[in-house]
Amino acid sequence: MSARLIWRKSLNVTMFSLTGVCALITVAALFFILGYLVWNGGKDLSWNFFTRLPVPVGEAGGGMANAILGSLKLLLLAALFGVPIGLLGGMYLAEFGGRTIPFLVRYTADLLNGVPSIVIGIFAYTLVVMPMHHFSTLAGGFALGIMVIPTVLRNTESFLRDVPTSLREGAFALGANKWRTVATVVLPAASRGILTGALLALARVAGETAPLLFTAFGNRYWSPGWMQPTSSLPVVIYTYATGPYEDWHQQAWAAGLVLLGLVLLTNIVVRAFLSRGTSFERL
Amino acid sequence: MASTPNAAMPAGLAWSPRALLRRLRGADEIAHLITLIAAAILLLITALLVYQLWIHSAEARHRFGWNFFVTRTWDPVAGEFGALPFIYGTLVTSAVALLLAVPLGVGGAIFLAELAPPKLSSSLTFVSDLLAAVPSVIYGLLGVFLLVPLMRTTVQPALKKTLGFLPLFQGPAYGIGFLTAGIVLAVMIVPFVLSVSREVLLAVPRDQREAALALGATKWESTWLVVVPAGRIGIFGSVFLALARALGETMAVTMVVGNNPKIAASLFSPGYSIAAVLANEFSEATGNLYLSALIELALVLFLLTFVLNGLARLLILITTARGSGVLPT
Amino acid sequence: MRIVKILSVMAVLLALGTIAVAQGGQVLLNAAGATFPYPIYSKWFDQYHKLHSNIQINYQSIGSGGGIRQLLDKTVDFGASDGPMTDEQLKQASFPVLHFPTVLGADVPSYNIPGVSAELKFTPEALAGIFLGKITKWNDPAIASANSGVKLPGDDIVVVHRSDGSGTTYIWTDYLSKISPEWQQKVGKATSVNWPVGLGGKGNEGVAALIQQMPGAIGYVELIYAIQNKIAYGHVKNQAGAFVKADLASVSAAAEAASQSMPGDFRVSITNPEGKAAYPIASFTWLLIPAKFTDATKRDVVKDFLKWMMTDGQQYCEALAYAKLPKEVVAKEMKAIAKIE
Repeated sequence: MSARLIWRKSLNVTMFSLTGVCALITVAALFFILGYLVWNGGKDLSWNFFTRLPVPVGEAGGGMANAILGSLKLLLLAALFGVPIGLLGGMYLAEFGGRTIPFLVRYTADLLNGVPSIVIGIFAYTLVVMPMHHFSTLAGGFALGIMVIPTVLRNTESFLRDVPTSLREGAFALGANKWRTVATVVLPAASRGILTGALLALARVAGETAPLLFTAFGNRYWSPGWMQPTSSLPVVIYTYATGPYEDWHQQAWAAGLVLLGLVLLTNIVVRAFLSRGTSFERL
Repeated sequence: MASTPNAAMPAGLAWSPRALLRRLRGADEIAHLITLIAAAILLLITALLVYQLWIHSAEARHRFGWNFFVTRTWDPVAGEFGALPFIYGTLVTSAVALLLAVPLGVGGAIFLAELAPPKLSSSLTFVSDLLAAVPSVIYGLLGVFLLVPLMRTTVQPALKKTLGFLPLFQGPAYGIGFLTAGIVLAVMIVPFVLSVSREVLLAVPRDQREAALALGATKWESTWLVVVPAGRIGIFGSVFLALARALGETMAVTMVVGNNPKIAASLFSPGYSIAAVLANEFSEATGNLYLSALIELALVLFLLTFVLNGLARLLILITTARGSGVLPT
Repeated sequence: MRIVKILSVMAVLLALGTIAVAQGGQVLLNAAGATFPYPIYSKWFDQYHKLHSNIQINYQSIGSGGGIRQLLDKTVDFGASDGPMTDEQLKQASFPVLHFPTVLGADVPSYNIPGVSAELKFTPEALAGIFLGKITKWNDPAIASANSGVKLPGDDIVVVHRSDGSGTTYIWTDYLSKISPEWQQKVGKATSVNWPVGLGGKGNEGVAALIQQMPGAIGYVELIYAIQNKIAYGHVKNQAGAFVKADLASVSAAAEAASQSMPGDFRVSITNPEGKAAYPIASFTWLLIPAKFTDATKRDVVKDFLKWMMTDGQQYCEALAYAKLPKEVVAKEMKAIAKIE
């Protein structure tokens, strides 16, 4: 072997090892983050954490039951507001659209998807909180819902387009009109992918803090109904982590572990099981 | 009187009530209308967003004009507001993040697309996708309690010792600052670079690789000289996408950047970003001018990400469309 | 149509959530503002909730600036601040706002000088000089002359201040404005100002962390925070010429001195007071209550809470290291409660 060839071969090995290291570092980051949270937050997780309200600073015990419920309520609103609009809008793009409007909608959806979440929060504040003179679960759910729409819309569109033409033609041949075809044949065929996309979008906004700071605000107690400010896990983590009290820091770790656990679990379950046969499938 | 405008319109125009009603007869038309409304709501929300930011920033826009972008004073007492320190901080932290994340992400993508067996490649990408799902505030939490002390006691002193002759690495080591924020951001955007770049590389036609290998190139040479250049534009696209993410990232940056509206050459010095100042000061800004200056900052951030996202989508579209156009299937 | 099914289940949940509100009798109040009194406020609101289980007062410590802004935007029922609202802010408000002092706080000059373990003494001139950036070395005569016997190094002084809008900053800049005409003219007093020198830390803990990490640093933190976290802080020379260390007694003394001349609206600054025992950088912290409530139930709750806070509630103060209100002030405030309509 000539020296040149040896050089080329060793470059081959070195560079690919380096790329392997890059991939490894990226992947290891996740396990490191998870491990660090378990180590720091695990010991503070107790039954109380999930069932009790926070206590005044400096007193022992207390939990974050209100923040957990608050987060769930916000997600419920986000889903009810964002998913139907995204779903129907996606159907429009895939099934009914002409030329100019779909282009505009697609472009706007991508744009909205990239808008920083803090800007969405400010928008929801000026649009909902200011006129109503009230921080509320509703305002927070609205902000999160806006963030859900573009993802669901684009996902729905692409999954509907993936449905084979033969299915549609079959339905048309049986005399079904377009609406019946879409509702009874195309949509069910794409539902797995659409559902996966919607759940992943919700898992993403579940960890959003910035849009909630000025909308859902915070609450020491349970937040009854939808018109009161509510506590939520991400905001509590932020407040507690940047607060001056040691027991707050401890609680922030525990809450961080719970939030990360929920988000990762949703992602894993949805991606590993529900995504079979969709373009989300990776395993 | 009322009939005159009607008469002027062509009888068959879809917008006249009767014609609209006739069109709605079929279920298809109703479905069309309902889905159109949903799509229109999206447009409406986005338009409303721009409108709200525009009108609520009116006072600051009139008062400061273009000077807003070149003034570096941020003085709530005197009512003087300049955006420069925040724009600077946003750009610097994002630049640091890209510098770290792009080699890591593209390198990882090359490994996953070219070398790793498909099974391993897809499970590693799965993990990287999970990393992208970790909430921003969790990164902030780790940043505050893990990275900041580490930077202060170990990383920054070491950098000062080795690279201290550069103005970038001078000054006291606080732990917080541009560099720390950049590192946190880098970890957050790596999954995006990796995931999109891998997709782009996989879209490069197989025969191009085979041609290079047949000419006697090593696998690395075929990758580096043929495949990566072929996916170049798409990789740029992924970088733009990651940049747009980094610019708008709020919580993690707020928690580690130092929150100090100063422009300094050193990466060790505490700074501020647009998103961070919004998170910190939006709820406590007293006075209309202060508030509208903050909303103008939000508008600036919106426009920045708007442009970058547009560019990114365009680039990715160009490469993947070209790639799939060549593919035989 | 799995998605439709899931969505309808969610809608049912939503409806259930709405029905759950209907079980009434509950009074929910929202308040936001100062971070410094948060421990005592959360204790008070918690105790009050234990006494009246149907009343919840949700207090969020988002900072004094935030408390004022959210009150003016009417997004909260009442606010709280470490600095009184300015005339301009009161004018801006679409409704009259009443100030009710609750407890007392103080700012302390906290420092980190390697090799110096003695408690330093600061004259007003030295503090103003340091924060204006005119005194830059620790062995400057302006500092050394008050600390004979302490060997001060020639290190650079690193000034640390708050980066967020804060009542702590208000108290500090209010004091500096009173003792230094130059400060008043150049910088002024507010919850956040344009600092001539220094680094910003977010929150008391951000400032404290910077001080502890930076040799040669000086900054200001809340007394309570310094006590809880065992941070070193210096004595300050008061108007009568005595060097006083901040503690419950010296802060109360400052309040006593000022309570004789308490104005009707309670917007009083007690920095740089008379009296030999008084600590000069102290302040009341206020609840900001709208003078008119549209909701009569909320109004009655607020009035009752204020009464309870000024009587039974005061017993929780000292355990949490807050100085109690002087008796004259309490008497005056009890009368002022009647002004709430």
